[in-house]
Parts: sequence; C-alpha cells; structure tokens
Amino acid sequence: MNLQIAILLGQDGITNGAIYALLALSIILVFTVTRILLIPLGEFVTFGALTMYAFQSGHETSIVWLLAAMIALDAALDLKQLFSNGMDARKAQWIGIKLGYAALMVTLMHTLSLQEIPMLAQALLTLMLLVPLGPVMYRVFFQPIASAQPLVLLIVSIALHVTMVGIGLLMFGPEGGRTAPFSDTALRLGSVMLKSQTLWVILVSVVLIVSLFLAFERTLYGKALRATAVNRMGARLMGISPDFAGKATFALAAFIGVASGILIAPITTLYYDSGFIISLKGFVGAIIGGLISYPLAAIGAVAVGLIEAFSMFWASNYKEIIVFTLIIPFLLWRSINSNHVEDEE
Amino acid sequence: MLLKKTLTALLVGAALSATTAQAEIKIGVVTSSTGPIALVGIPQKNSVPLLPTSAGGETITYISLDDGSDPTAASKAFKKLIDEEKVDAIIGPSGSGAAVGVLQYAAESGTPMLAPVGTAAVVLPMTEQKKWVFKTTQNDDLIASAIVDHMKEAGVKTVGLIGTADPYGENWAKVMGELTREAGIEIVASESFQRQDTSITGQSLKLLMANPDAVLVAAPGSSSVMPQTTLKEQGYAGQIYQTHGAALDPFLKLGGKAVEGTILAASLMLVLDEVEDSPAKQIATDYVARYTELHGEAPATFGGNVYDAGLLLHNAIPTALETAKPGTAEFRSALRDALEATKELPGTQGVYNMTPADHSGFDERGRVMITVKDGDWKLLD
Repeated sequence: MNLQIAILLGQDGITNGAIYALLALSIILVFTVTRILLIPLGEFVTFGALTMYAFQSGHETSIVWLLAAMIALDAALDLKQLFSNGMDARKAQWIGIKLGYAALMVTLMHTLSLQEIPMLAQALLTLMLLVPLGPVMYRVFFQPIASAQPLVLLIVSIALHVTMVGIGLLMFGPEGGRTAPFSDTALRLGSVMLKSQTLWVILVSVVLIVSLFLAFERTLYGKALRATAVNRMGARLMGISPDFAGKATFALAAFIGVASGILIAPITTLYYDSGFIISLKGFVGAIIGGLISYPLAAIGAVAVGLIEAFSMFWASNYKEIIVFTLIIPFLLWRSINSNHVEDEE
Repeated sequence: MLLKKTLTALLVGAALSATTAQAEIKIGVVTSSTGPIALVGIPQKNSVPLLPTSAGGETITYISLDDGSDPTAASKAFKKLIDEEKVDAIIGPSGSGAAVGVLQYAAESGTPMLAPVGTAAVVLPMTEQKKWVFKTTQNDDLIASAIVDHMKEAGVKTVGLIGTADPYGENWAKVMGELTREAGIEIVASESFQRQDTSITGQSLKLLMANPDAVLVAAPGSSSVMPQTTLKEQGYAGQIYQTHGAALDPFLKLGGKAVEGTILAASLMLVLDEVEDSPAKQIATDYVARYTELHGEAPATFGGNVYDAGLLLHNAIPTALETAKPGTAEFRSALRDALEATKELPGTQGVYNMTPADHSGFDERGRVMITVKDGDWKLLD
C-alpha cells in the first residue's frame, strides 16, 4: 500500500460516501417528518440510472406508463375525496393539472428523439419522470395510514420496495446499465488521476446538501417541515398540513434518490435490484446519526464509503460484512448514551 | 339439485379430460425469470415456446414455472411438477445452487432432469442420484482448458483472477487453480467481488500491484464488464480473458472501448456467421432466427441451453415410447436410458455424446475462441 493507492481508494470511498450521505439525509428527512423508513429509496436510485441508460441506448422507456398509471390512481383517490367532502374548485383544478402533466410526459416521451437530445436534457427528463412518483407514492400508499404505528408504515414500505424491484425488472430487464460520463476530461494532480465524474458527484452532493440546509433554515416551507419533524401535533395546530409535509418530503427524497442515480450511473453498472444495497449503506450512515442528526449522518455515510473502499482492497471477500458490522458498535453506543423515548403517539 | 348435477358433470368431464391428457408427454420447466438471476432465466423461459411440440407421434406439453431465483421455491416447483402434474421429465432450474438442491427429488421419483446450469457439480462426480441429471452446458473445465491453452501459447507466465463471490466465480477459481498448475502458469492474485458492487477499485488495484501477464475475469452476465473497465482505467496493459459468462451482447454495449481485444472461449452461438458449416451451426442459426422473430431480440446463450434440453428429449422420447407409455415410471426410466444413450446429437451449444460417466457430453466442438474486435464478436484465429 503506497500513497498513490491510498489516494485512489480514498477518492473512490469519498465518491460512494457522498452518495451514501445524500441517501442518509433523505432517509432521516423522511423518517423525522413522517416516521416512515423509506426502504424504496434505493429503487429511485436505480430507476434514475436505468432510465438515463434507457434514453442513451435507445430502449423503450415504459416507465412513463408507470407514472401515468400512478397519477391516474392518485387523481381517482382525489376525486373520491372531492365527492365525499363536497366540491372545491381549487382541488378540482389540481386534479386537472396532474392529469395534464401525465399526458404531457407521455407525449414528450413519444415525440422526442431521446437518444439525440443533450445529456442535461436527458437528466432533466429523467427527473421529471421519476420525482413525481415520490409524492404520488405517499398520497396513494401512506396518506391513508399516516397515523398508523411505525411498524405498519415499515411493513408497507418494505412491500413497496419489493414491488418496485419487480417493476424495475419488468421495465428495465435483468441486464445492468451504465451511462456515458458527463465529460471525458480527467484532472491530473501530481501522479494521481482524478476522474471528472468523481468531481461531479462530490460537487453536486455538496451543492445539494448546502441547498437543503439553506432551504430548511431560511424558507417558510423548510421551517414548516422542520416543525412537523419536531412535533407533528403542534405543527398541525399551527396550520401545517401533514399531508403536504409528507408529500413534500417524499418529493425531496425522490429527487435526491433519482439525482444520485444519475450521478453514479456513469461510474458503475447498476442493475434493477442494486438499489437496496446502496440505500442500506445510506441507512448505516443514518443510524450513525441516530436517525436525527444530519451532520453526524453525513459524516457517518462518508466513513462508510471510505471503510468500504479500503476493506475491498484488504479483504474483498468480507467487504459487506465489515461495512454492516459497523452498525453494531454504533447501536450499542447510541442505546447506552441516549434516553430512550417511546414513540410519541 | 341442478347445481349438483352440473358440478358432477363438470367433475366427470374434468376426470375424463385428465385421463386423455395422460396419453401426452408432459415436460416441466422451472426457470428463474424473476429475482437476481433473471438475466439467465428470462431467455430460458422465452425459449420454451420454441421447444419441439411433438416427438414419436405424441404431443408434448410444457408446464413452465418460475422459481424467483429462490432455491426453496425451485424445490417446491419440482415437488409440484413431480407429485401433482406427474411430468415425464423436468428442464431446469436456472440456478446452480437450486439445481444441486433439487436433484434429490428428481432421483427419488425417478424423473429425468435436464439442468441448464453452469456448475459441473450436478453431474460430477457421478453418483446414484446424479444418474438422473443431464447438463446442457459446457463444463467449466472444458472452457477453462481452452483459455489456459491459449495463455500457454501466448507465453503467459503469471495470471490474476477476479471472479464473483458466488458458485460461478468460485468454481472457476478452483478449475483455474488445477489447470494452471499443470500448465506451469502461476496465479499471482485472486480477488472476488459482488455482482451489485458499485465499485471494485480495491480489487483491481490489488491485481495491478501483482502485475500479472494476463487477467481472467470470471463473472456471469454484465457483472463481467466492471472489473475490465476498472482495470483499463487504472492503466492495466496486459491481456484480459473472459469466461463464457461474458458471452452476451450487453457485454459489448456496456464495455465499449474497454473490452476491445478481450479473449474468451464460449459456444459458437456468438460467431455463427464465421464458423464453418456444421449441423450445430444450422440448429443454432435456426434457433436464433426463431427466437428473434418471436421476442424481437437475439437470445442469450442461456436460452440455447434450454432449447438443447428440448432437443435431447425430442431425440430420446421415440426410443422410450417403444418400451412404455408416457406418465408411467417405466417411461421415465426408459427416457433416462435413452438420454444417456444420446450419440452425436447436434444442439445450439455443440454436439452431445452422453455416456454413463459423462452427462454433459460436450467435446471441443462445444467451444470456440472468440475475441472482441471493432465492437463485435470475432472468431479468434
């Protein structure tokens, strides 16, 4: 082991760690606001990567039909609510907008020559296709049971994860995908090559983390979400809609997941079922942060990435074991050091 | 009353149709068309409609089940096919681990099993149970010996191995260990990785530090690409070999420039246009054309393995029909004997010559050396 190898491994570890950090943050965000452990987060990563790959390799992108079907389901639920609660012009208008959006995406998918448009446009389209799935998922599956026990929410979350893996296989096939890098240039620092994609990943992760921080500290909506996380009932009394908070966090989480997928797609081959392991490592980071602390979770996630990189050099057979064993001392430390608070409801 | 009468009529009708169904030959097919090895199972399931529908004047019906890449589900599917459907033979399952697990059921009930799996452990060493199993893939050592021979000719003295941490990669590591020792080639590094790993920088650096003359990547499907691209990125200049696990078109698409010049040994299905005319070539060409027509894409080699199982049965059934009727234990036993007596039967993968000791039955006609040139498979000369 010399310095060059250490730098290469470190670079690799930080790249993966940055992605795990993003995922850890969204896991904590969703958990604190809605008490849902978002297991299907990993599927947003793989869906993002594989949709980009489908665009670039000219495959059919049937994922748009999933979006259309989910939005239709969502609109049907809204309509039902409208009929039982009396008509409301604004809500009716919303349903129209949603259905219009689905129709727009379907036409876009079928008129654009997806293979030829610039990569930025492909990435934007991927986000436009997949991010709405987040809030719709909350609306359809979680909103009706929002006040259920965390265990019930967890079970629904696992069911969704399994379903989404199946849908992924159906839509993207069993083969893995790897997209073209954002740019071909590489940066040379002394004797070490820095891949430009690595810099992209780190740059975008930092920008995302900082803007999340600013959004939560400075904007009204961010503060509303934080308030919900601190005390759901209190926030509700202050006029913050829990439905809105749930949908907003799911939209954010979906956005972060899909963006992570687009970021790492050029570095690695992703399969329809790769998402779970990736989000599980984000989850280890989130556990290190006690499912509460954002900075601790981010640091923990980067540490997971680094430990993973070095353990795959030293003992490739035991890599996963080493990473997941990490969780045990932290759980012990957490349970000794903190007063256990029973679930608030 | 009326309801009762209708029910009875229905039941009688069902019983009658069941007895007439007895006359036809029933073949069970178990594949992993969902789950982690769907990559293998989907082309296999898709090949079922192409299998021969009659043999020796009897119609053949196929009952296709999915085991979700789960060995337990594969066992259940086998029991169901054997106990409830009373099938005459079973093609499957897709997974090596599952195949090792279910062969006892095939043996207990005396049902011939045609396994399209990679591991030689289902037919070697031959035992009383494995008598009932026939394998329609090339044994790893057949492919490996071709690769080692090529290494020897090219003057390779040291080799690095990187394989998946599953039965496929592990068996390759074992086979290569034996063959390289005989050939006087030293294995200087042996690394493993998981299919879903998002990075294998560490393993690849370790290989680079050992600086072998050549590297062999032993991984099934698209997971064979990442070790190679990572090695190339880090500046490895030696020759890279791949196994028949990489012999799929996505390998070329995902690998791009990084897989140029790769050498691998695989069945002739990849380079049909270039190999000399042979009965096997004709059958493979025909299979690929029919599959493409039906499913809109060319089949992966795994599909050919199931198709060959169908051909083996098609060839053996007329002989078995001479001694017994389908649906009986005698028929299944006769079918097994007839399968074991298969001689010079061309399939998509090569030519089958079964013997009591060799239930895979391939010789060197079952493999060709292939290289990647200008983004396409080319016969290596």
